[in-house]
Amino acid sequence: MNFNLAIPTQLTIALGPDLLLMFGAMVLLLFAAWRPESARHQRSVGVWSLVLTVLTLNATIWYLYRGNTAGPGPIAVDNFRWMADIIILLGAGCTIALSIDDNERKGIHAGESHVLVLLAASGMMLLVAARDMMIVFLGIEVMSISIYCLAGINRRSARGAEGALKYFLLGAFSTAFLLYGIALVYGATGATNLSVIGERIVSLHMLKSPILLIGMALMLVGFGFKVSTVPFHMWAPDVYDGSPSPITGFMAATVKAAAFVAFLRIWLEAFPAAAPSWHLAVAGLAAATMVIGNAIGLAQRNVKRMLAYSSIGHAGYLLVAIAASSELGASAMLFYLLAYSLATFAAFGIITVLEGETDKPLTLDDFAGLWTVRPWLAVGMTVAMLSLMGFPIFGGAGFMAKWYVLQAALQAPLPQVKLAVVLVLTTVISAGYYLYMVMVMFMRPRGEGIAAPRATPPLTRVVIVGAIALVIYLGVNPNWTTRAALAGTPVLSRAPLPVVAYPTGVPAGR
Amino acid sequence: MPEHLPLFYVFNFYLFGLVAIVSALLFVTRKSPVTAALWLVNTMFSLAALYVMLDAQFIGAMQVLVYAGAIMVVFLFVIMLLNLGHPSELADARGRGWQMAAALVGLALLAEIFALSRAQSPESLELPAGYAAREIMATGAITPVAGPLFNEYLLAFEVTSILLLAAVVGAVVLGKRRSGDAR
Repeated sequence: MNFNLAIPTQLTIALGPDLLLMFGAMVLLLFAAWRPESARHQRSVGVWSLVLTVLTLNATIWYLYRGNTAGPGPIAVDNFRWMADIIILLGAGCTIALSIDDNERKGIHAGESHVLVLLAASGMMLLVAARDMMIVFLGIEVMSISIYCLAGINRRSARGAEGALKYFLLGAFSTAFLLYGIALVYGATGATNLSVIGERIVSLHMLKSPILLIGMALMLVGFGFKVSTVPFHMWAPDVYDGSPSPITGFMAATVKAAAFVAFLRIWLEAFPAAAPSWHLAVAGLAAATMVIGNAIGLAQRNVKRMLAYSSIGHAGYLLVAIAASSELGASAMLFYLLAYSLATFAAFGIITVLEGETDKPLTLDDFAGLWTVRPWLAVGMTVAMLSLMGFPIFGGAGFMAKWYVLQAALQAPLPQVKLAVVLVLTTVISAGYYLYMVMVMFMRPRGEGIAAPRATPPLTRVVIVGAIALVIYLGVNPNWTTRAALAGTPVLSRAPLPVVAYPTGVPAGR
Repeated sequence: MPEHLPLFYVFNFYLFGLVAIVSALLFVTRKSPVTAALWLVNTMFSLAALYVMLDAQFIGAMQVLVYAGAIMVVFLFVIMLLNLGHPSELADARGRGWQMAAALVGLALLAEIFALSRAQSPESLELPAGYAAREIMATGAITPVAGPLFNEYLLAFEVTSILLLAAVVGAVVLGKRRSGDAR
């Protein structure tokens, strides 16, 4: 069906999964406030939130298979959006499942925390659907405000409060940049709709207009903050370290995914003609992010900070996909985000299990000799690390994801050979900490005073096993995802898409 | 100010203009934050009156509701919640250099206003004489705002309510005091 988004009824249908999630979140909010707070009520709100997430996921997949399209309007109806929604909902589901156990252990009885995850997810779904700067901004804000609160949800943790305040202030600051950029772009083109901006940049000969260029630069800074690329990454380690681990996973994987999808859509739909102006900036950001993120990651002993720098490095790899500015780049980015999210949630699930009762940060020492006490956790963490690194076969989807990004960079209209080289080299650097982690778990003896980890709670176990299984499955059989992602990249044609250059099955060496 | 305007109009223009300027000066010179904030309210009211005189009744009403109402209330709440109301406790951290810098910025803005009011704006940006008044007679002052808000940007308007809901829920969840909390 081709929606006419000017008609409110059709707009409503086109927003189906988003509205389902928002409405459900409001009902659950009432449910959460209905009874006095208790550990049991927190759990039941969490379980119902999970049910809602799964329902929305089903609705999204149904929309994906219907193959609907839409005319011009404030939102996009394409597979790119539905694939991004699937990544977001998987992330929200993992977060809620991990949070239920984590809240229970920490004595956080606020059932509303799960509702905030749902509200954040609905903001992200709007963000990835947005084809209008207003919706982009509102989506980012709904997402960010919920996440600021989630970062500080553990009121007993001083580090949590510090991280949440830092995140809030810097986030508000970056939003100001983004908003100023949007205002200048509106001033230059007189439009907030992405495709109209794209047309007017060409028809009004705005390519050299300083207002447009400054606007684009400010928007780049705003998005750079949200996805933590290098000159704007300072907040990430502190915030990731202070927040509860499930929320850190949510921030590292899902928030980043949503922001990147919107980033790509804006840059490819609104500013494709201005590519010569922004290309160098994006490529420079990508190179700096890959090098600095991974290099500082080497020096970390605190595991959550290490993963924070690793996530900064991954932001660099994802920027390579944007710099490629092609359909292939867009689909590579979606696949990368899926693989990266799954591996990140597996890693943070295991971190949640290993975290002790105190507020003490988790260091590599806590992982020493994990193989001797909890072999399956060690194996799971190994797969997650190898996947984040992009190791063939054992790393599952991580390798394919990096491979696709490399392919996209090399086959781009303007081949990104230098960026591809940096990507490969920094992957080698990143092995320094990913493999070190694996080495510590398998080859170091368990430290004297370090207690054995507690038993894995059932929901956490489901998340870890599910994420690991999906990572490995997608590594062997990535085609469904790539095909679905390719079929709906924004902009450009709906022509039959190139078969991804790599055969199924076991990949050969790099 | 052109000659043909009625005396009543001219009188009101100077009245509210003077009130606005004097209140603004008092706003930056008062030591007590609460007094300063109340003078700012006065400035906002006078500006609203000037907007109404420019045939921008809707913006005038919004000025009162949003700036004089909501934003100033938030200012006062913050001042009272953080207990900043005592001028003696507020060491004036700004040195002479900063005061001079602020004065320079103010003068630059003033010069800019003078320059802009003399400059000839391009032909393409000029509205025909009496255009605004005729439009307001024909459609009313609110239609040009309401039209896009409830048609083109309806979705954005609705999403704003979700944004506010998220903010309220977050504030309550974080702000509610629970048994066993630190502090």
